[in-house]
Amino acid sequence: MSSNLAKINSEALPDGGERYVLTGDWRNHSVSAVLKDLDQFQKSGEQGKVEIDLSGISAIDTAGAWLIRRLMTAKSGEGREASLSGGNGTIEELIGALPETTPAPPAPAADKRSFFERVFTPPGKLVYEVGSDFYAAMNILGSAVRGAQLKFGRGAGVSPASVVTHIDRMGVRAVPIIVLMSFLIGAIIAQQGAFQLRYFGAEIFVVDLVGILQLREIGVLLTAIMIAGRSGSAITAEIGSMKMREEIDALTVIGLNPIGVLIFPRLVALTIALPLLTIIANFAALYGAAIVALLYSGITFDTYLSRLHEAIDHTSIASGMIKAPFMALAIGIVAAVEGMKVGGSAESLGQHVTASVVKAIFAVILIDALFAIFYSAIDF
Amino acid sequence: MADEQQTIEKSAKDDRQVVLSVRDLTVGFGDKIVLDNLNLDIYRGEILGFVGASGTGKSVLMRTVLRLLPHRSGAIEILGANYEKASDEERIALDTRLGVLFQHGALFSALTVKENIQLPMREYLDLPQSLMDELAYVKLEMVGLPPDAADKYPSELSGGMIKRAALARALALDPDLVFLDEPTSGLDPIGAADFDALIAKLRDTLGLTVYMVTHDLDSLFSVCDRIAVLGQKRVLVEGTLQDMFEFDDPWVQSYFRGKRARTVVTNENQPPADAGPTDAGK
Repeated sequence: MSSNLAKINSEALPDGGERYVLTGDWRNHSVSAVLKDLDQFQKSGEQGKVEIDLSGISAIDTAGAWLIRRLMTAKSGEGREASLSGGNGTIEELIGALPETTPAPPAPAADKRSFFERVFTPPGKLVYEVGSDFYAAMNILGSAVRGAQLKFGRGAGVSPASVVTHIDRMGVRAVPIIVLMSFLIGAIIAQQGAFQLRYFGAEIFVVDLVGILQLREIGVLLTAIMIAGRSGSAITAEIGSMKMREEIDALTVIGLNPIGVLIFPRLVALTIALPLLTIIANFAALYGAAIVALLYSGITFDTYLSRLHEAIDHTSIASGMIKAPFMALAIGIVAAVEGMKVGGSAESLGQHVTASVVKAIFAVILIDALFAIFYSAIDF
Repeated sequence: MADEQQTIEKSAKDDRQVVLSVRDLTVGFGDKIVLDNLNLDIYRGEILGFVGASGTGKSVLMRTVLRLLPHRSGAIEILGANYEKASDEERIALDTRLGVLFQHGALFSALTVKENIQLPMREYLDLPQSLMDELAYVKLEMVGLPPDAADKYPSELSGGMIKRAALARALALDPDLVFLDEPTSGLDPIGAADFDALIAKLRDTLGLTVYMVTHDLDSLFSVCDRIAVLGQKRVLVEGTLQDMFEFDDPWVQSYFRGKRARTVVTNENQPPADAGPTDAGK
């Protein structure tokens, strides 16, 4: 970059008025040196005509040309005649190509709302948002159930290949992480439980603790949370980017229901995959607990199994497993709703993926709580 | 500068300053060689139109020149500097002298048009915000966008407006060399003609050098000083429109003397030298 900075000097003309002599590089990286002087010249209260001498300018671009244009406009605004001299034709042409003024920056709009409005608008908006989210979720659920059949008799309602692909992506490929996580959770619960129960000499009851806790609550809950983070985000990102690139619109005009084509297979796949993953998670956790029970409390596998057999029954397993499909549906619907809300920008995609995961996890925990209330009410 | 440009058309090649020189460039992906020992020169102040059938590697060449793709061999010299041998400072200095208009605009979707235009200024120039605002409006005016487009997001713009806004961003730092990837595709004929006129005007006033990938015959005939044709993994022919008419290659012949081209040429009152039955060679 040249260090030939822009300069401006003023000299009086013999017949009144002034001449501004411009020298140096009037390019965008070298004009900042002249801005202060230029401001002064722009405000100077002299009279008479103004002549701007361009002959000393060694290089110019739009930034420099705009500064000259602005100076001329300011001088003409004062009622003084401004003219250019000494240019080589190109500079004048460039200056002539620029607009005389640019629109003034809009004044920041004053917040005219009252204190009451400002306080209560955000929560009000939030309530409406929750309401519209609920409608959107019901719309997706309804379209998923009904939409898949709207194919005018062309083949089956559900495309099995798509469902299988999604089960593979959301279920089978999640197995390693689910196994590892559940194994560790089972081991941790067993160790903490054994440590506390040791005071009472009731270490054997750690088996009851792990069995019931894992099968009724933890197994399905943690698996669902993991899937919400893993697959819910993926669904939102996929559908969101398809929305951004008008692929959803393309499906609509081809005559396919985007919800039936895109979302229904994912919902079906999730609803199948999550219960299966929960079973795997339960096995892994009970296995982890058995190992800790053996190493930490000296409970042999035989004792562990016979104690487990007494502690749990079909209801323990069923009460946990029943929750899984509901949680899977909630994850899928929340992810789809957020995906359909993605707007035109990359930023909005990120926001909605985040919102999808947060809302899905919240929904999963809420469902778990509702089931807990329900089970205690019916004494299940 | 003006005289220099006016004499460019027919002057001897030696007099002109080479802005971009590509020597023996080979680019390939896996087993497939896309460009093989390609040579190309662009001279200061000219508008080079680049044509070629779809899939011949026009975009690959542009992306390689811009260092978005690696090349296997050959040398690329931009504005007298070899990018690979340049120091970090020189590379940054070089980057500020290039402007690129991507085919789909590539405006940053999270920023308004004004912020898009100001992004390079903010990073590279030491100018007050008020002046950057004014300059952004000046650029918008130059590319023919209304001032109220400044505060819109790219997703709120039409296709033609995106092209113009992207051009405004490409011109933000007043680059010496501008790459345009199909600037007039997707514009209506009047908008496209305006765009061509705009590019010619910017070349004349700012002394830009323009590398334009285009399929628009109107653009080729009206604003391009020289045309280069990419085919068979190299530059088949480069030269004036007249050279294109005289070049003996079926694709070039049908491109420049096909039915569509004839219509344009007749309208421009530039009949081909020896018009004959021309749709030969498909």
